[in-house]
Amino acid sequence: MTPLPVSIAAAVASFLLLVVVFELIRSRRLRERYALLWLLTGIVLLVLSLWRGGLNTIAGWFGVVSYPPAILGAIGALFILVVLLHYSTVISRLSDQNTILAQRLALLEQQLREG
Amino acid sequence: MAELLAELDRIAIVPALNEEVTVGRVIDEIREFDPGFDIVVVDDGSTDRTAGVAADRGAHVLRLPFNLGIGGAMQTGFRFAFERGYDIAVQVDGDGQHDPSQLPKILGPVLSGDADLCVGSRFTGDGAYRSSFARRVGIKIFARVVSMVVRQRVTDTTSGFRAVNRRGIALFAADYPHDYPEVESTVMLVKHKLRLVEVPVAMRERGGGASSITAFRSVYYMTKVLLAIFVGLFRRNAVPLEEEHR
Repeated sequence: MTPLPVSIAAAVASFLLLVVVFELIRSRRLRERYALLWLLTGIVLLVLSLWRGGLNTIAGWFGVVSYPPAILGAIGALFILVVLLHYSTVISRLSDQNTILAQRLALLEQQLREG
Repeated sequence: MAELLAELDRIAIVPALNEEVTVGRVIDEIREFDPGFDIVVVDDGSTDRTAGVAADRGAHVLRLPFNLGIGGAMQTGFRFAFERGYDIAVQVDGDGQHDPSQLPKILGPVLSGDADLCVGSRFTGDGAYRSSFARRVGIKIFARVVSMVVRQRVTDTTSGFRAVNRRGIALFAADYPHDYPEVESTVMLVKHKLRLVEVPVAMRERGGGASSITAFRSVYYMTKVLLAIFVGLFRRNAVPLEEEHR
């Protein structure tokens, strides 16, 4: 079984993550579409920290019997990987759009100068 | 109503993404209803001849350099309407599902001063509207949630067939929701103490193109919009654009 202090610390940490994400959306520093994955991460981690029996069971599936919270870390890492991958696609799209904007601007400037 | 309308500078904002088949007819039908309507087609990154067809008809065309989504496209239209000093704006989708002959219904409450935004609803009255089961359930859920939040009965929060006055234009030009804006913009408007009125309208089946909302994306869409509505309740209001000299 997960030591109680570990469960409490994990629950507090995931709750804080949720609060921070909420505040970032509220103050318009984070768009909803980019917050969804973070919220999902926070909720899953929070549920697994509080639902200690569930974490035990999941740990058992993977043969982790000595220290179930290791699974918590693994799941957290997995979610962070997904978020990072998502951001890589977002950055790629932004950079494509930036190229298009620069090209359109160059064409416009040329029209203004010579037109 | 025609006389009241004639005194106002009025514009139809037509968002269009790959609607070369239908956008021409939409423009013609708006002019048929009222030749005094200026028309601005916001081409949201089409890869077909949407912009060309619209320009040939003599409409203003705003070509976005890439797809912004319906929210970004509509806000472009509202910015145009704001800067050009229009008094009243209607949204008529480029896919032909909004019937311009129904415009008097959504214009009425705005012209009479009863509404800052008037939304044409598919569900409150005439005009049988068919759509997928999942879509109908989603629309029902939104209707419930939004009705609760704005403390007023609304039946069709996803309708894009709308008329808005100068106050609404100034607000939406300053701040308009991203991605799927109809539901959120309704809540936002009421939060700004502007008045919302919903009227029944008949809508048509889509004339061409494909709906921008596929079944696969609906869950993401619903979650995102519900989150936005929830967070929006705790948000400070945006400041509508200031009138420079009127």
